[in-house]
Amino acid sequence: MTQIPLSLIQRTAEDLMAKAAIEIPEDYLDGLKRAAATEDGDLSSFVLKAMLENYEAAKQDRSAMCGDTGVPRWFVKLGNEAQVEGGMVALEAALRRATAKATFDVPLRPNRVHPLWRTDHNNNVGIGAPEIEYGFEPGGDWIDLITVHKGGLFGTDYRMLFPSDGVQGIKRFYLDSLMAFGKRGLACQPAIIGIGLGGSKDICMSLGKRASVLRTVGSRNSDPRIAAMEEEFKELGNSIGMGAMGFVGKNMVIQCNIEVGYCHTGGMPMSVHAFCLSSRRAVARLYPDGRVEYRTDPDWFTDYQRRETVDWEPAQEAAE
Amino acid sequence: MSIREIRLSTTPTPEAIAELRLGDIVYLDGLMYTAREGVYMRALEEKANIPMELPSESAANFHCSPAARINADGSFDMGAVTATASFRFAKWLPEWMAKTGAKLIIGKGGMTSKDYKEYFVPNGAVYLSTVGYGTGALLGRGVEKVEAVHWNEELGLAQAMWVIRCNRMGPFIVASDLNGDCLFERENAKIAGNIARVYEGTKPAVLKRYGESDDRSEEVI
Repeated sequence: MTQIPLSLIQRTAEDLMAKAAIEIPEDYLDGLKRAAATEDGDLSSFVLKAMLENYEAAKQDRSAMCGDTGVPRWFVKLGNEAQVEGGMVALEAALRRATAKATFDVPLRPNRVHPLWRTDHNNNVGIGAPEIEYGFEPGGDWIDLITVHKGGLFGTDYRMLFPSDGVQGIKRFYLDSLMAFGKRGLACQPAIIGIGLGGSKDICMSLGKRASVLRTVGSRNSDPRIAAMEEEFKELGNSIGMGAMGFVGKNMVIQCNIEVGYCHTGGMPMSVHAFCLSSRRAVARLYPDGRVEYRTDPDWFTDYQRRETVDWEPAQEAAE
Repeated sequence: MSIREIRLSTTPTPEAIAELRLGDIVYLDGLMYTAREGVYMRALEEKANIPMELPSESAANFHCSPAARINADGSFDMGAVTATASFRFAKWLPEWMAKTGAKLIIGKGGMTSKDYKEYFVPNGAVYLSTVGYGTGALLGRGVEKVEAVHWNEELGLAQAMWVIRCNRMGPFIVASDLNGDCLFERENAKIAGNIARVYEGTKPAVLKRYGESDDRSEEVI
């Protein structure tokens, strides 16, 4: 079995860091253009036009879209047969090196500091930073490197709801999050809203975050009833009357993605996340023969990731 | 309503400030400096000497940390520039404005009309908001030159005091005026009428949280 070369991983990771910071993903751009075409609030319209100009300026100047370049993190998905030169410890070192190097080269803002001592290494690397999370996929000798540079301060919330709260309770907490962080545009909307339902408390937060950053505009949950909720929630958020920067407008939500996980029978935990006007994500698939395929869709939530059964039968995959 | 575009100096005259109306779009010329919690604490709490002549050199305080680097030869490269949320700096701003004569506070999201009336208006100052948020690349094009970076050793790149020469830097939106009125509160009030309809049918969570408000016309800042 051929290993994926470490130098290829680091070089690709550096490219991804720059791509994420500079190039708005096509799916989000198309969504924002559709929003701009329908917006009739005069201030909101001005803001959306300025954002569309900003994406062009960033690409032309090879400059980060937004001065707050977020907090870089990595999602790594490995095909079951994938092997990395030097093993997983070497891979983590390569991703940390790429993060530090790109912070200087692009440049990105060195946002990461110690929570208490505010120590800044000026390279976005530190304790637990960048986060590196893993997923696996049956079949395949490739790895997917996904970088996401999400803003870190506003637009996110968690609440333990209960079965008796029902869908109406879910709607209220969703609206509360949009109202609280939409005013003055703290959430940097219109955004891709991710909702996590279920899981334990920490997984609930991860599900919501992944729903916002690892699914594209135009994607649908594979459960048709959840997909219908996603559409309904998007419309609900856009009917508040609030637009970009909290000005009067009709575009708050470019896309609403919902992901679920099984939870405690007594509860219904919920998280809400907003992936902002600079939805920074970039993806590449690396093969052992040195091929690299860049894309913007993380394609994270496969049938395997959403599996419900004890065992995963390869035949089941083939049948679908 | 048509949107007015205005070019404004970073050492503006009182008349130029009085001209500004909520929702005007502003482009800035002249020197601007970044100052946020790190600079405020160092200048006001630790009483360090501010390394600029204020307000004669600049009356424009940007709540910003740029995406920038300092090269090995000591030169600077600045890429994107965007603001950080200003409400967190209310603790230091009255003293900062008195000490530095700042007339333009530039940031994200504005302050409350109470802040504007209490210490912006008496100081003849207004608030300009960045647009988007996140027109970092456009604002970067308005950076003619990075003149200096102060206190980088003490505060780190993100909190240091960057001195930027602006050439038609923008867009910014006028978010307060000399009456102390607040653009964002005006917009909140317009949206408030629709809130009850949007919430219709939803119900409060069965488990309450301490300090919970059920009034959606309130703000969390």
